[in-house]
Amino acid sequence: MTGSCLPDAPYPYPATPLDAIEARTAERLLGVALSSGGDHADLFFQYRSGGDIAFEEGRVRTVSRAVVLGLGVRVVRGDASGYAYTEELSDARMLDAARTAGQVASQGGGRSPLALRAAALPSFYPIAELAQERPGEDKVALLRRADAAARAFDSRIVRVEAGFAEGWSDVLVATSNGVLARDRQPMVRFGISVVAEERGKRQSGRSGTAKRRGLELFSEFGATPEDHGREAARLAVAMLHAEEAPAGPMEVVLAAGESGILLHEAVGHGLEADFNRKGTSNYSGQIGRQVASPRCTVVDDATVTNARGSINVDDEGIPGGRNVLIENGILVGYMHDRISSHHFGVKPSGNGRRESFRHPPLPRMTNTILLAGNEDPRDIVASVGRGVYAKRFSGGQVNISNGDFVFALTESYLIENGKLGAPLRGVNLIGNGPEVLRNVTMVGHDFQLSDGTWTCGKDGQSVPVGVGTPTVKIKQITVGGTRTP
Amino acid sequence: MSSEAGKRSAADPGPCQELAERMLSLAMRAGADGAEVLVRDGAELEVKLRMDEPELVKEAGSRGLGLRVLKDERVAVTYTSDFAPDAMRAFAAESVALSGLAEPDPLAALPDREEMARTIPDLDLWDESVLSLDVAEAMRWCRVGEAAARKFDMRVTNSDGASFGRGIGASAFASSAGFSGAYRGSHVSFIVEPVCDDADGKKRNGYHFTSSRSVDGLQAAESVGIEAARRTVAKLGARKLDTCQVPAVFTPEVGRSLLGRFAGVISGGAVWRKSTYLAEREGTQVASPLVTIVDDPLLPRAPGSRPYDGEGLAARPNVVVSEGVLRTFLCDVYAGRKLGRKSTGSAGRGLGGGPHVSTSNFILRPGRASAEEIARLDRGLLVTELMGFGFNPVTGDFSQGAGGFWIEKGERAFAVSEITIAVNFDDLWKGVDAIASDLDTRSSVQCPTFRVAKVTVAGT
Repeated sequence: MTGSCLPDAPYPYPATPLDAIEARTAERLLGVALSSGGDHADLFFQYRSGGDIAFEEGRVRTVSRAVVLGLGVRVVRGDASGYAYTEELSDARMLDAARTAGQVASQGGGRSPLALRAAALPSFYPIAELAQERPGEDKVALLRRADAAARAFDSRIVRVEAGFAEGWSDVLVATSNGVLARDRQPMVRFGISVVAEERGKRQSGRSGTAKRRGLELFSEFGATPEDHGREAARLAVAMLHAEEAPAGPMEVVLAAGESGILLHEAVGHGLEADFNRKGTSNYSGQIGRQVASPRCTVVDDATVTNARGSINVDDEGIPGGRNVLIENGILVGYMHDRISSHHFGVKPSGNGRRESFRHPPLPRMTNTILLAGNEDPRDIVASVGRGVYAKRFSGGQVNISNGDFVFALTESYLIENGKLGAPLRGVNLIGNGPEVLRNVTMVGHDFQLSDGTWTCGKDGQSVPVGVGTPTVKIKQITVGGTRTP
Repeated sequence: MSSEAGKRSAADPGPCQELAERMLSLAMRAGADGAEVLVRDGAELEVKLRMDEPELVKEAGSRGLGLRVLKDERVAVTYTSDFAPDAMRAFAAESVALSGLAEPDPLAALPDREEMARTIPDLDLWDESVLSLDVAEAMRWCRVGEAAARKFDMRVTNSDGASFGRGIGASAFASSAGFSGAYRGSHVSFIVEPVCDDADGKKRNGYHFTSSRSVDGLQAAESVGIEAARRTVAKLGARKLDTCQVPAVFTPEVGRSLLGRFAGVISGGAVWRKSTYLAEREGTQVASPLVTIVDDPLLPRAPGSRPYDGEGLAARPNVVVSEGVLRTFLCDVYAGRKLGRKSTGSAGRGLGGGPHVSTSNFILRPGRASAEEIARLDRGLLVTELMGFGFNPVTGDFSQGAGGFWIEKGERAFAVSEITIAVNFDDLWKGVDAIASDLDTRSSVQCPTFRVAKVTVAGT
């Protein structure tokens, strides 16, 4: 990559209440947390400032702003956690939280925490300027540009709704094994959704992006508000003439980029180590075994510059990393948090993440990707007699226990005799994770990380993630249409 | 903040209402033309146990304030959890200033004064007894429930554990349109999630849960565990189906997710945004004559009850669908104005955002037949699980992953998994040909078992 205009010095983030948290305060709280026993304790201080602008019917409808501050305290004993949090950073409330979290351990005579030392962290999300520091009018201008581009695209666009969101989180993690880590995590998000109408028939289309960036993101090729406006409009108009999708098992080509959602659902969740620690994942006890086609190498990579799922440090103080999960089809590792890495006796992988200070950490994905192969994507489509070309998705879900997963297509096409045909109406695909990965028969050389706004939910906690794949052919997946053969 | 303040008792409506009123007057003094304030104060306890070992004890209290201000027909929505007097004053002023970035919208005004609720009915949403339940007692529930599941059947080989949750909360709302009120509520729930090993290495998981406003209202831990195990073991040997078109029976658990999606397409917000296939269908047949759907916020002790809505209007029951005819869209004040009518008192309100249309207790009226009777099909599918996000409200296209049981000659023949069912929502609701009497009242979207004449099943 060339042409970067980012400054060399770290971006000077604004001051927050976390500046006032002293190491000795944290050490004292950790001591109290462990005073009735326990193997480990950690503190998670968080200040989050965010806002959004909702644009609808050609005008800014609502402007919102929120600031959140709090501390979560966790005490771990074996596989058990005690957890408490407070929104007031007064001594009294923080001590209360530490004692409450400590309830889980009742052995007495706890260990004392080690002295805290500031950890050196990588910097995976350099920004030119925090979006929040720019005037609101600049962001409104982005929304107007997207709105105008969508309306200009086609006269059948009857409604446009667009939104801009910005936020950044200042986090400070302190652990009883002496780690003190502070990270500032920015995010901007832009989205547009439109409705197209023709003779009483309506269809919707959307486009958007979210990254750990500043407003500079929106002047890059392919990421301008106009690009998103036109893309949403294109999709809505294209779908006006979509046909009923077929029902039944078919050959499926997954387009590069967003199709990574399949990977996220089909294998990603099953490789989160908490399920494997409990033996409730279909990948439990499978390390070293062939679990996918040899064409598949799957990586969870927190180090991708400015990506939505990247983290300099996880929410337990472990630096973010690049972890190979499946190498040439062989399962080589899981994604760990502290509890699971301790359980398996391996190094933590930097996947302990949480939604906020109100939540205990869990093993979670960051950016989960399938590495490129060497096929030409055109050859992949040309090789299909009759099948479905899956291009855009609204989301997916998996049952961890048996690997059955679904994902919803918002843009797809019939493939007939190696050529793309009619667009298909919204349809669901269903498959089984391990089975689908064994059925990967071609992998393209055109890897893409999706720039979409992916958010992963688990145990009621949402975290931002990234997904990505090259073009992939799968021998057979069940397509959930309405047209029976 | 002194440690006295640290011990403030949670879920007390009085102090919440004082805070709401104080912020309202600060916002008006800061120059707002109108304002409304929501304050919530709550506490949660969550206890999880797995394989007879404690897994999580989480306990915390939380208090926050959401403000909506209007100035020159411009709207800003803000959130804070900082209640220091200076911070509250600054927050009010910043919120009013923030509205300057929005653009004037004449319809974005508070409700008319005469629309506001005058009385606050007592809906019996609070039960003091939940407070007496401590960590040890919650853990005992988990231990008994999980043990019952594991003992019930040898084939229960693993467990995702058992969880007990308790929440208490006070909510206060004050509006410059002429309303100030507060109430409190309690909630307890308990779930057991067993896991079985199936042939060829697949695992089958299931669950059963109970929930109520009071501890007395819960099903006993042991019977929850047994029911969870029964449901999980029944899934063993599940297989795919051939692609076909058949009648489908939906249990209350999955019917609820369909009914919840229906709530989305009759929302006034979706109607004026043209983002529902029902936008022009008010007053017409949108479902089979067997279908009557009401939204009732005034049911005593129910999970979705509220004494007033998210804009301070009197809560009232609305018949949404009567014998298949769509009687009304649900509206908040803004959606109502957009559609040239009054609000139906259906505004919801969270701390982080402004008012929006939201259902309270959204209920598909039960019929007379038993669930067993309506599932006695010659050939069909009993759906007990739905998965995924395959629904487009603009077109009504519905396609989701499903699991359940194949029914043949009136009996459950075998368990089914890894199939999809697809049907347009319009055909789904018009195709309802039987509704059972077993209304499930555990959640705010309440559904009995019901049957749909035809869906497309995609399998092998």
